[in-house]
Amino acid sequence: MTYNVTEENNISTVYLNGEIDMDVGDKAKEAIMPLIESANEIHINLKDVQYMDSSGISVLIESHQKAVELGKKVVLKEISKSVLKVIMMAKLEQILNIE
Amino acid sequence: MSFTYHADFEIKSSSLKEVRNFCREIFQRNQELENEQEKLILVISEAAQNIIKHAYENKDSPDKMRLQISYNNNELQIDLYDKGKPVIEEDVKPRDLDDIKPGGLGTFFIKQVMDEIIFNKEKTDDWVNHLILKKKIINQ
Repeated sequence: MTYNVTEENNISTVYLNGEIDMDVGDKAKEAIMPLIESANEIHINLKDVQYMDSSGISVLIESHQKAVELGKKVVLKEISKSVLKVIMMAKLEQILNIE
Repeated sequence: MSFTYHADFEIKSSSLKEVRNFCREIFQRNQELENEQEKLILVISEAAQNIIKHAYENKDSPDKMRLQISYNNNELQIDLYDKGKPVIEEDVKPRDLDDIKPGGLGTFFIKQVMDEIIFNKEKTDDWVNHLILKKKIINQ
């Protein structure tokens, strides 16, 4: 998994790329969590994430919960069909902010 | 159509991508399974992840785990073997989805997708744990 971060109009966007599983879950968290500390709105762009399992979902949940705790907002952007299916299997589509 | 394939994978988290690639090769070769492949790959990867996390307590090991995928008479069977800590079936519980927290979803996904989940207690060669997952494939 690789990632890229951009910042525009007070929004930090992290673009994740690859497959998110147990092997790279910590790396995904390392990319996302500092942004939640520093920015008010964080976008996690998943258009180049071809696979995500329960480990990836855990990262999304942790990100969401941390943002709520700090009064910030995390939004999931451009989710691929396959990743959306997994989010829906976990019944999180109403909990996470998805655009 | 019927087939059986198997492969052994090292006990380490970077093996999970190899597990998925092995599965993709098999499912893409077999049209009847193409529609289900995303869910099946998810389930198999989650089951392999559980071996690393629980049977080996998240520690790399020189041991191998074995994945066998068989298909016969529209029934898919996935066998996973490992030599880690013995599984206590009663301890394997999916998380309540209303209890939103990281972790615990792997078992839930497996239960949602597969028709049968069997922890085989009969000794098979040197393997300690033998998980069997079955699913009837309905062709459209």
